[in-house]
Amino acid sequence: MTHYTLADYQQQLASKDISSVELAQFFLQQMAKHAHLNSFITVCEQEALLQAKHADELRAQGKAGPLTGIPFAHKDIFCTKGIKTSCASKMLDNFIAPYNATIVDKMASAGMVMLGKTNMDEFAMGSSNENSFYGKVHNPWDLNCVPGGSSGGSAAAVAARIIPAATGTDTGGSIRQPAAFCGITGLKPTYGRISRYGMIAFASSLDQAGPMTQTAFDAAILLNVMAGFDPKDSTSLDTPVPDYTANLNDSLKGVRIGIIPSFFGQGLHPDINEAINKSKTVLEQLGAVFVEIDLPHHDLAIPTYYVIASAECSSNLARYDGVRYGYRAKNPENLLDLYQRSRSEAFGSEVKRRIMIGTYVLSSGYYDAYYIKAQQARRLLAEDYQNAFKYVDVILSPTTPDPAFKIAEKSDDPVKMYLSDIYTIAVNMAGLPAINIPCGFSGHLPVGMQFIGNHLSESKLLNIAHQFQQVTSHHQKAPEISL
Amino acid sequence: MSITNDEVKKIAHLARLALSTDETNAFASQLENIFKLVTVIQNTHTDGIRPMSHPFDAKQRLRKDMVTESNERDIMQKIAPATELGLYLVPQVIE
Repeated sequence: MTHYTLADYQQQLASKDISSVELAQFFLQQMAKHAHLNSFITVCEQEALLQAKHADELRAQGKAGPLTGIPFAHKDIFCTKGIKTSCASKMLDNFIAPYNATIVDKMASAGMVMLGKTNMDEFAMGSSNENSFYGKVHNPWDLNCVPGGSSGGSAAAVAARIIPAATGTDTGGSIRQPAAFCGITGLKPTYGRISRYGMIAFASSLDQAGPMTQTAFDAAILLNVMAGFDPKDSTSLDTPVPDYTANLNDSLKGVRIGIIPSFFGQGLHPDINEAINKSKTVLEQLGAVFVEIDLPHHDLAIPTYYVIASAECSSNLARYDGVRYGYRAKNPENLLDLYQRSRSEAFGSEVKRRIMIGTYVLSSGYYDAYYIKAQQARRLLAEDYQNAFKYVDVILSPTTPDPAFKIAEKSDDPVKMYLSDIYTIAVNMAGLPAINIPCGFSGHLPVGMQFIGNHLSESKLLNIAHQFQQVTSHHQKAPEISL
Repeated sequence: MSITNDEVKKIAHLARLALSTDETNAFASQLENIFKLVTVIQNTHTDGIRPMSHPFDAKQRLRKDMVTESNERDIMQKIAPATELGLYLVPQVIE
């Protein structure tokens, strides 16, 4: 049963071969069976079974929609009313959200059944899921490896077939990199396409939610529900939402795919290089045309990102003060002591490090030299992409320089960890959509590639990914533990 | 560039973080390495480039000046560490 996709379960529910309650029970068992992966922070058994029962009732009354009764999980960054929303931080270990994130409401209204909240790097800061207050997540392909981050729990759970689909968020690669490390499909939509309301903020000009699934088809189905304008999000895009499944079967004949030669040089693992080369041949057979392009400012991407994301992080996380909600230090001597100790005792070291970087670059005397300079560099990076899209429809790039690394391999060296985000972070700074799909293996570990498109080109990205998945089987491979 | 322990302490104070001696030492060297990475931006010619703070250079969207939220003080204060009579409690600020 675990090899089915979300689209398969839709059919089985529609034809009444299975009930929503049976489906929820099955996946709750999967969650229990694979508890050692630590991919979940909270399991919502009671709520899920109630929702599933309700879904079955709706179906019996002929009122079921396309997603009624489909089980899934939310990354624990989305506020869920009445259910713990921790962001994997000690700071919010006791936080029961008083309201729902917009996408939580939207997916619930569609009749979807939330089985739990997935593990992640604390406040979505990390590339390995080792920065969680609730412990690290294991990669289902190799328990000694990281699943990637920050949406590591979602990626591991979908890859291990613990759940058919999950939500993630991507500030610098946090959907695509774990999707690559775990061998699944992960879409980071255009900035503003999915509401950020109720999604705990890390870097507000970069954060974007998206679906994590086995296939591009499933991602399209979920994006149909997740996308859309939200007056509660001041940067939400007020543009119509197309049916993302409508163009999946378009031919790729004549589609122009950009390749940046420097991305495939030293620094890229040879197995990933080879897997992408083979994928290029497949895409050519499907009618795509490859065009060499250049992103001349790409070497600015990592430093620019770590200045801007950290600045926004330090500002966003200033709200955690031990006064209104969240962790509060015991017996504070005075107000300053309350602030300082609540924050120091409850934030993990990566979060503190980024708050420190951000505070530094925003502080008097350094603001122009670092923060403004980085914002100027950000425009250079974004303009590079706009120039490239004059010549190509999408860009094909590796998602990560290497396959999943070993647990603890990079956790002592922040710079080394940051450098592993080389292929993903510029996309966020330009606000572009990008999708990771599996494209092969390096030994026993899956590897991924990403297609990057211009603003609001999600349909095109999903079309290309779907066509590729129609003639390849990488996305169907599941880790042994899931069988 | 080098970052001294005193600078780390100053930044920590601005960020309202109380760091242990070990953390201060570790952050001094880690921040130094991170800012070495950042020097590549410093060496980039950016004169006349408009800083980009948002992917679409969006303007703040305004809504009509009407009350849209209901009073949810009780719900919001239920999750607070300490409240009394609808107020948040903090250590005494004024003697």
